[in-house]
Amino acid sequence: MAATTTGPIAQPTRTAGAERRARAYRPLGSWSRRTLVIMTALLVLGTILYLGPFLIQVANSFKTDAEAIQNPASLIPNPFSLDGWKAALGMDPAFPVNLPRWVTNSVVVAVSVTVGRVIIDCLAGYALARIRFPGKGAATALIIGVMAVPGVVLLIPKFLVIKQLGMYDTYAGMIIPLLCDSVGILLMRTAFMSVPWELEEAAIIDGAGVMRRFVSITMPLVVPALITVIILSFQGSWNEFTHFLVATSDPNLATLNLGIAQLSAGAAKGPSLFPMKLALATLSMIPVALLFIFFQRYFVRSIGTTGIK
Amino acid sequence: MTLLGTAAQPAQPLDPKVLPPKRRRGGSTSGTQRIAGWTFTAPAVIAIIVFVVVPVGMALWVSLLKWNGLSSPFGGGAEFVGLDNYKRLLSTDGLLRQNFTIGLRNNLYYVLMVVPGTIVLAFALALMVNQQRLKGRGFFRTVFYFPSITSAVAITVTFLFLFQNSGVINQVLGWFGISGPKWFVDSRGLFQTIAQALGIAPASGTPMWGTGTILGLPINQWLAGPSPALIALATMTVWASSGTFMLFFLAGLQNIPHEVDEAAFIDGASTWQRFRFVTVPLMKKSLTLVALLTVIGSWQVFDSVYLATQGGPQKTTLTPAFQSYQVSFKDGDFGGGAAIAFVLFLIIIVFTVGQRLISREKD
Repeated sequence: MAATTTGPIAQPTRTAGAERRARAYRPLGSWSRRTLVIMTALLVLGTILYLGPFLIQVANSFKTDAEAIQNPASLIPNPFSLDGWKAALGMDPAFPVNLPRWVTNSVVVAVSVTVGRVIIDCLAGYALARIRFPGKGAATALIIGVMAVPGVVLLIPKFLVIKQLGMYDTYAGMIIPLLCDSVGILLMRTAFMSVPWELEEAAIIDGAGVMRRFVSITMPLVVPALITVIILSFQGSWNEFTHFLVATSDPNLATLNLGIAQLSAGAAKGPSLFPMKLALATLSMIPVALLFIFFQRYFVRSIGTTGIK
Repeated sequence: MTLLGTAAQPAQPLDPKVLPPKRRRGGSTSGTQRIAGWTFTAPAVIAIIVFVVVPVGMALWVSLLKWNGLSSPFGGGAEFVGLDNYKRLLSTDGLLRQNFTIGLRNNLYYVLMVVPGTIVLAFALALMVNQQRLKGRGFFRTVFYFPSITSAVAITVTFLFLFQNSGVINQVLGWFGISGPKWFVDSRGLFQTIAQALGIAPASGTPMWGTGTILGLPINQWLAGPSPALIALATMTVWASSGTFMLFFLAGLQNIPHEVDEAAFIDGASTWQRFRFVTVPLMKKSLTLVALLTVIGSWQVFDSVYLATQGGPQKTTLTPAFQSYQVSFKDGDFGGGAAIAFVLFLIIIVFTVGQRLISREKD
């Protein structure tokens, strides 16, 4: 928006002026060499604080139970042990780790939620951006309004509705309630709004209907927003915990997160067996970490667009 | 900015690209338009009504019932008790109110730790990462943001390990000659511990001044401060969420026009003065928004309490959100649980309205 109002004429003069003055003036965001050294030191300290817990997590998953307790800060496992990972992979009969089941459930739910959200968000986003119909204002208000309802307050109510609809302890009950996604709809709406109307107008003249314009004209132009919705949906449903806690009680429906939580509260309770628990925590982080490494800018984009997490 | 904006504006109507489509279409909505509009929005609207609007309504109804969650809330198994659940929560002496008050106290201390902690840390990180001459800005930004995208379950498992009695945190504290507490065992509040160490408060029992009660909780318990376990949970939240808000602040910092800061520089302002009287005032909106968002988030703390402490030790990490779950699903008192959820809803909505009003304000 700002880019269009500033206009192409005004922009060059402003930059040229700023450049001319830049020699004398140093902006606040650019410190002297000495300050820079101090700041770099602080940033390195910050890196240790932010990355350290993950390094400790991975390192300790390769230690023996005794070593993890005695020497938790060491990043080099000595002796090196795969017992934690074996138990995490369900190879130790002493612990009820059903990893294939948990991972399957997590994948089924995360993929279903992602596909469902993509369809729902694109349809609603397109309609709110491009179609005139009675009730549009009300629909928009509803979608924005429900963002104000705090998730934790919905914990009991969602359970009530799921039970009433006979969806308790089913995949449907785990997936369908997670399809409400105001942020995704608003992201898609903004993206569709930025597609030039002329493109669709040309298609109208050629006789294309709403569906045709939506699928073949505008959809290809909102791919970046679509990727953002896909990534946020997958991340959100993979990391989800509380919803599954109240929507299921059947151990066969446990997702990876729920399985880890129940294991830590049950058979692996207390200050022991940390290598196994840390191995499971590491495993559960891998899919989202990979997404983050390859699609980092799409994570960041969501913050700029919605203003909130 | 405004000057440039107005100068560019007359060109706008001539440029067809920026025109909103609806103005060009004109006329009334056609039948196909209407049907397409309704069909396209129906899935989203239905999902929201069924899983957000109806649940809130049902919970309001249940909060007026004495109901154990087993039968249908609309059938004979549930007894309508009016506002009894709310009375039990707010005025009648009993376990429900006692725990709710303890939860309020804990959550207040949690807010007082998480909100300033997150703002200061996220703002400092943003200022450092915004540094133009810094090499590897992208790397640092990635590192600080990474915890924000990982799951609460994985993070909690790791932090339970870090905060063990002989864990990494206590080892590091040991390097500085501090003997760390048993984080998830010791239930004494921070202020209580300090007061006892200074000899202001007795080592055991209730001091004379602490016997009065507010909402059923003795004053000395209100003032005890956060327990080590609550401090550990707050540390984890600050660590895990500061990256998101760093990006939020970064966007705000990059929107500050250089001209303003430059003018202050030419007028001879020091770096500190430029930060204090130019940057901070221009970031006021971002700062207020982050404050409200972290307050809203802090009143919803559930995952980490469920996973790490289940409210313990000695109820010092019990929060209203967790109590609402516990009372419903463990004690079978769904009416009481729903009433807690609604009181919590009222607390949170006040801050949400504030956040919406500020978001809407023009810069």
